[in-house]
Amino acid sequence: MMISLLKFLPQEFTIDFMRRRWIGFIFSAALTLASLVSIAVQGFNFGIDFSGGVLIEAEVPEGVHVSDIRAKVSSLDLGEVAVTTLGETGREVSLRLGQPKDSDEKSEMRAVAKIKEVLGEGYTYKRVDVVGPKVGGELIQDGVYAILGAMAIIGIYIWIRFEWQYSIGAMLGLIHDVVTAAGIFSIFQIEFDLTVVAALLTVAGYSINDTVVQFDRVRENLRRYKKMELYDLLNRSLNEVFTRTLLTSTTTFLAAASLLAFGGDVLRGFSLAVTWGVIAGTYSSFYMALPTLLYTGLRRDDSEDAEVAKTDAMP
Amino acid sequence: MLYFAKWKIGLILAVCVAGIFYALPNLMAPLGKHDFPSWWQPVNLGLDLQGGSHLLLEVAVDDVVKEQLNGLVESTRTTLREQKIVYRDLSLDGQTVVVRIPDAAGRDAAIGQLSKLDQAITVKAEGDDLVRLAYTAQALNDRKQAAVKQSIEIVRRRIDESGTREPTIQRQGADRIIVELPGESDPERVKRLIGKTAKLNFHMVDSSVSPEDALRGRVPPGSRLLPAAEGSHGPKQYVVKRAVEVGGDRLTDASATFQSTNNEPVVSFRFDSIGGRRFGEATTKNVGQQLAIVLDDQVISAPVVREPILGGSGVISGSFTVQGAQDLALLLRAGALPAPLTVLEERSVGPGLGQDSIQAGAAASVIGLVVVVVFMMLCYGMFGLIANVALVLNLVLLLACLQLLGATLTLPGIAGIVLTMGMAVDANVLIYERMREEERAGRGALNAAESGFRHAFGTIFDSNITTLAAAVLLFFFGTGPVRGFAVTLSLGIITSMFTATMFTRFLVSLWFRRARPKTLPI
Repeated sequence: MMISLLKFLPQEFTIDFMRRRWIGFIFSAALTLASLVSIAVQGFNFGIDFSGGVLIEAEVPEGVHVSDIRAKVSSLDLGEVAVTTLGETGREVSLRLGQPKDSDEKSEMRAVAKIKEVLGEGYTYKRVDVVGPKVGGELIQDGVYAILGAMAIIGIYIWIRFEWQYSIGAMLGLIHDVVTAAGIFSIFQIEFDLTVVAALLTVAGYSINDTVVQFDRVRENLRRYKKMELYDLLNRSLNEVFTRTLLTSTTTFLAAASLLAFGGDVLRGFSLAVTWGVIAGTYSSFYMALPTLLYTGLRRDDSEDAEVAKTDAMP
Repeated sequence: MLYFAKWKIGLILAVCVAGIFYALPNLMAPLGKHDFPSWWQPVNLGLDLQGGSHLLLEVAVDDVVKEQLNGLVESTRTTLREQKIVYRDLSLDGQTVVVRIPDAAGRDAAIGQLSKLDQAITVKAEGDDLVRLAYTAQALNDRKQAAVKQSIEIVRRRIDESGTREPTIQRQGADRIIVELPGESDPERVKRLIGKTAKLNFHMVDSSVSPEDALRGRVPPGSRLLPAAEGSHGPKQYVVKRAVEVGGDRLTDASATFQSTNNEPVVSFRFDSIGGRRFGEATTKNVGQQLAIVLDDQVISAPVVREPILGGSGVISGSFTVQGAQDLALLLRAGALPAPLTVLEERSVGPGLGQDSIQAGAAASVIGLVVVVVFMMLCYGMFGLIANVALVLNLVLLLACLQLLGATLTLPGIAGIVLTMGMAVDANVLIYERMREEERAGRGALNAAESGFRHAFGTIFDSNITTLAAAVLLFFFGTGPVRGFAVTLSLGIITSMFTATMFTRFLVSLWFRRARPKTLPI
């Protein structure tokens, strides 16, 4: 009964990851560039967390049509109000009022009261979010700082635990993962809210895991096979940890995918970013972080290695 | 490998028992039992799950400073007049007060006198005739801090009196206040209550000029043109003397009642002894005149004083609704805010959406758990089962930690738990793969297992620490529900370091003792 299916997998892989490194580099660079261009040109579809404004989700009384709501709300002269139906029943609507140009915090608060008044009785308000212009701007700034801070900390950590040569590869992979995850939100204009920032931070923290596992193995092999060509050594290291990299990514992918499928609308953006991040993180560790080690001038025989070699040689 | 020190076994079992004990209320709560002691409760649910309102308020501390500086201008004027020093151009310059005193002797005298005004100011001569007064940065900061503290106190009193249950009111950053109202999905009344400064003052109406003339710009010095409160009957504007007869800070009590004559809602109030005396003097001097009751620079009403009011109490009538009278009484009892509050952010979640979110979160958790558990069983068989037991223990410990820390579980927090499940078993994968490798390299089962645990730990630590760093950063930068994600993710990573390494190792050693295998089952 207790059978491990892994027994049916080949014990050792001999994939030449390094040979296709240029395809990997070009593909990753293209993805990253496309993301950056989209972010620069069309920007993000910021949710209310960042853009500020008013978002109301309400259950509509029987017999009220969206057009009635539109007419009522537009009579208030609050600027553009987007009214859309939610869900399958059509009984739920969302009203979104952008940031009026010449507004202060108070005018948005008044807008909510006015909308509730003009709609009248019978509505069940599921969600009312009002975010003033001040808070939104601060949140964007804080989010950018947090993501850059996390990437810097991770880069420094890799530098301390390994060498700066590893750190460069790790950072390239990390930039790829975070930028493309953000890029998806820009390219497809998916709503970008605060939870997406949380997801990007998680991507930064988690996507490096595979890389760390591989770096660990590279370091171990560098000590073990002192004469092996770096190209072969990297390939060997990747193949040795291939199964575990796939499995660890798969378990987290499964968890992220169940969030994406069953976690509901509120978490959709978050789950999407994390799910993408897990995939991108695995890919980039094979095709960006590790191949970069070929070019960063990894020292083969530093003092630490020499010491290890000496202690190994002792009887 | 097989050997575990007694104290270690004791520790592992103690952690398990404590974890289960503290996580248990979460399982029992849905069964409908809620009379647990306060230290043994299910995890707090965030407002996004239980429904409620979150308000972010900002105290206009700059107004406090401005008021302070205006006060300094006035006391400078008074001092210079008293000392008969000739001055001109007394005004505000940014955060300082400047005045020109042409006479050199007068300037020295003025600097001496003005320095005595307040210990917290500096007075300096500048150029030929300029004197500059400034508050020390410390003093201004103290004043701001005090204003924020006092605002929190008054917001608390107002909300408590409004009958909202279990509000949380706390400070955020230098000048902000977070108000959380569980179960309150329509915070309009609370917003109305905290949106008013509620500065009440009694002024005499200036009858020397009509509001119409004043509107054309002929306001006498020492008087102001003030609008009538919204919804009140009578004139729309009043000309009111600047001098305050009695201030609202002299009130000791206020309550909503009904006028005996026409059954209209009114607010009755009572002054303290000083306020009562001043009110008596003012009404004695001004019989036949109109007394304006001014709330936040709006005239509520301006009744004619028919006779001196000496008892220290009175009634405010002003075309109130019952609710309006009750709210005003509440505001007067709670006291005035030192500075206006602005609502920067409001987030209200109705109970329906909260329930939907709980269901979605629960579904994702259960499905995520089942998928990961099945995957691990398929991959590793017996050892997969061990990893799964450790995974379940990890969830239990995570819930227990949340409860012990008094943390709040939000929807993103649930997402953090689901992700933790996927990440926690990563450590098991790393350990098991290392074991397989060691066995392939020719070691015996026991030796390979031992070596797997030993070698994998460094990698597990390295890869977890980066995720933990990101989660901790998120905790410091994030706000609201997103913080809940940072909390569950970091706790989950920390507990998984225990469950996936030490606890798994314990279970594997138990299994080795029973099964005594020649080869690893993976």
